[in-house]
Amino acid sequence: MSLRPNDSKAPLSLFWLQSGGCGGCSQSALGAENPDLMTSMEAANIDVLWHPSFSQASGREVVSLMEDLAGGGKPLDILCLEGSVMSGPNGTGRFHMMPGTGKPMMEWIRQLAEKARYVVAVGSCAAYGGITAAGENPGDAVGLSYEGRKPGGLLGGDFRSAAGLPVINISGCPIHPGWLCETLHQIAANTYSATDLDEWTRPLSYTMHLVHHGCARNEFYEYKASAERLCDQGCMMENLGCKGTQARADCNIRAWNGSGSCLDGNYPCINCTAPEFEEPGHDFLETPKVAGIPIGLPTDMPKAWFVALASLSKAATPVRLKHNATADHLSVPPSDKRKPRS
Amino acid sequence: MSRLVVGPFNRVEGDLEVRIECGDGTVTSAEVVSPLYRGFERILLNKPPLDALVYAPRICGICSVSQSVAAAHALADAMDITPPRNGSLAVNLVHAVENIADHLTHFYLFFMPDFARPVYQSEPWFEDISSRFTAMKGTAVETVLPARAQFLHIMGILAGKWPHTLSIQPGGSTRTVAAAETARLKAVLVAFRRFLERTLFGAPLKQIVSLESGEALKAWFANKAPNTSDFGRFLHVSESLDLSALGRSSGNYLSYGAYQMAGTPLFAQGVWRNGDPTDFSPHSVAEDLTSSWYKPDGPEAPAAGTTDPDADKESAYSWCKAPRLDGEIMETGALARQLIDGHPLIRDLVARHGGSVHTRVVARLLEIARTVLAMEDWISQLEPGGAFIDHTAMPDQAEGIGLTEAARGSLGHWLSIKNGKIANYQIIAPTTWNFSPRDRIGTPGPLEQALVGAPVREGETDPVAVQHIVRSFDPCMVCTVH
Ligand code: SF4
Ligand code: SF4
Repeated sequence: MSLRPNDSKAPLSLFWLQSGGCGGCSQSALGAENPDLMTSMEAANIDVLWHPSFSQASGREVVSLMEDLAGGGKPLDILCLEGSVMSGPNGTGRFHMMPGTGKPMMEWIRQLAEKARYVVAVGSCAAYGGITAAGENPGDAVGLSYEGRKPGGLLGGDFRSAAGLPVINISGCPIHPGWLCETLHQIAANTYSATDLDEWTRPLSYTMHLVHHGCARNEFYEYKASAERLCDQGCMMENLGCKGTQARADCNIRAWNGSGSCLDGNYPCINCTAPEFEEPGHDFLETPKVAGIPIGLPTDMPKAWFVALASLSKAATPVRLKHNATADHLSVPPSDKRKPRS
Repeated sequence: MSRLVVGPFNRVEGDLEVRIECGDGTVTSAEVVSPLYRGFERILLNKPPLDALVYAPRICGICSVSQSVAAAHALADAMDITPPRNGSLAVNLVHAVENIADHLTHFYLFFMPDFARPVYQSEPWFEDISSRFTAMKGTAVETVLPARAQFLHIMGILAGKWPHTLSIQPGGSTRTVAAAETARLKAVLVAFRRFLERTLFGAPLKQIVSLESGEALKAWFANKAPNTSDFGRFLHVSESLDLSALGRSSGNYLSYGAYQMAGTPLFAQGVWRNGDPTDFSPHSVAEDLTSSWYKPDGPEAPAAGTTDPDADKESAYSWCKAPRLDGEIMETGALARQLIDGHPLIRDLVARHGGSVHTRVVARLLEIARTVLAMEDWISQLEPGGAFIDHTAMPDQAEGIGLTEAARGSLGHWLSIKNGKIANYQIIAPTTWNFSPRDRIGTPGPLEQALVGAPVREGETDPVAVQHIVRSFDPCMVCTVH
């Protein structure tokens, strides 16, 4: 049964590979709702040729499919990579050999990317190297067309897929299922262009927003009523390293797992959609400061203004916010002057 | 004698290759290869200790909460703190959701689709099974995915997001719960229980957990048409293919104990050796590196373990290390947990047939039922308004061990802190135990042993029996080598 009765176009083929990642982006995608992931793919008219976790075919069958695709015998519309490209040791790619093929996964990715009309990096690992590239980067993990913030990676910063687009970086650690499904739908509808991407070639559909937008703690932020310890209800920017005012994603507008977000879970945003989020240069849960003023100020805000506004708003903080900011449960409700609570 | 390289092995988490020798239509010897190295144990070096809670869950996206729990336990051990009761309840709930979702994903999306393969076309059950379980297209998928996603709403409420929550901390959980929110938690759980009772089991959970023997299970099943529940469908297929005789394990099992509550786990900790339970001591664990692409050969106690890759090592064939308990291999997972905890059904099945493909799957489904019942109880014990976290500070020098149970079995993190930074971090994941390569005296790992004797049909390049056995362990390869 087709969910697109009026559309006789052939479905777009999608092939999914996993390399140096944790599989979390696939697991997150599996949590897609309204509709579920498989229905969403069908609705987009996408035919999943193979996905390592969800497909029926295994072993030889898959290897010959890959050979067909890489050799151009079978067309490939969308290549998705989840996880970073393992380029070590010494550029050989032997830290990840594709099972059953005796060939480094890195080589398969390169060959398939050359053929695909669209190349999609699913998650911050595939986009920029991500968490796998943290610390001493033991596996020489890189992204598809970035190595951290540096253009390059496996395919080179100038890479354009057959459709003329750079790698589409659906960054995030993990991705939100909505980010993936909506991007794939747009690609399948043949409406995707470079104007849909931001400066890190991420879909603007979700990086047009800041995590700060819609954060339930915005009132605390306005008055700089700050949380002091994890679990406190106040704004986490001043003391707990929250990057919500700089991080590009719609996490507080679009719910995770039905109703959540990092912030609603009472922990700070670590900016997981950004290149090099894995090495913030300070403890994740602490805000680096100079002379008591946080270094990472909100995007677009001149420092002098921030300092002036912050001291003004701090002086004006209502008692309710001051109290709730450092409590682990909201305990002082808003009040109505005309009717005191008995 | 012939040699087969089986892979890519899909519908497991991560990458796996199995090399088998066959003769006379059966597997005579197997080598299990983990072909991916990322090196989390090195990534964690010199990091601020609490930052382990950002990195460690990203070892694995299917059991990220288990990784967080192990890391949080190791840090709590180093800090010498115990979370307040609410914190432990919240962490147990979040952890249980992940483990149950894993069992569900495994059964429906990873394991059952193999019975929809063309080799089984002539079986009387084929049509029903293939229309129900064919990967991505079977009718089960469209019911299971929404049920699973909705069940994960407990994560949204108690953990902010899944995978890779930061809500689990050594002192407890960052997410406190208000009184009205316990109603939402309960409602989600009730909806999920309804799905389990109607679709998976076709029976009340209480009835499933009270099955006391293989005979009782048979009698329960004999009263129903197989296609009235998915558990029934499995039992029918299992009987027809004699999965009780397939993929026998060594007889050694390990569980660290699951869902801690004031020092007592819901499912007991222990070791099972050839029919006898014994106590577990973390000091008996060591990793052998003889067949692993690391220097030197070991064995190394995890607290002093190293991760020094050597892709050219001649004797090696896997990135997986070979953990041993007092020099012996151990199988770990739901089967081990339920056996060691003393559930009569699993004790009986193991006494009759040993650990097998059949027993592993039954143990996993039984565990879903037992854990959901425990979750109901935990929700009712939450005290909204009370403390969920302890804020004790991190010492500059310390050591810690964090032991827990992921869906796939025993997971341990060993950590040492010097000058306020992580000086060593070693991880032993469940699949590292189950899929370990040979050690210095040549003893194959549990899967390598379980594969011996598996039938290989004429002309099969990816033998279906091998697939059933491998998947019956629900392997997680990204965890294995981390
Ligand atoms: S981006 Fe994050 S969630 Fe996705 S594969 Fe990488 S580590 Fe896992
Ligand atoms: S809130 Fe921040 S850290 Fe959390 S998922 Fe969104 S972008 Fe990532």
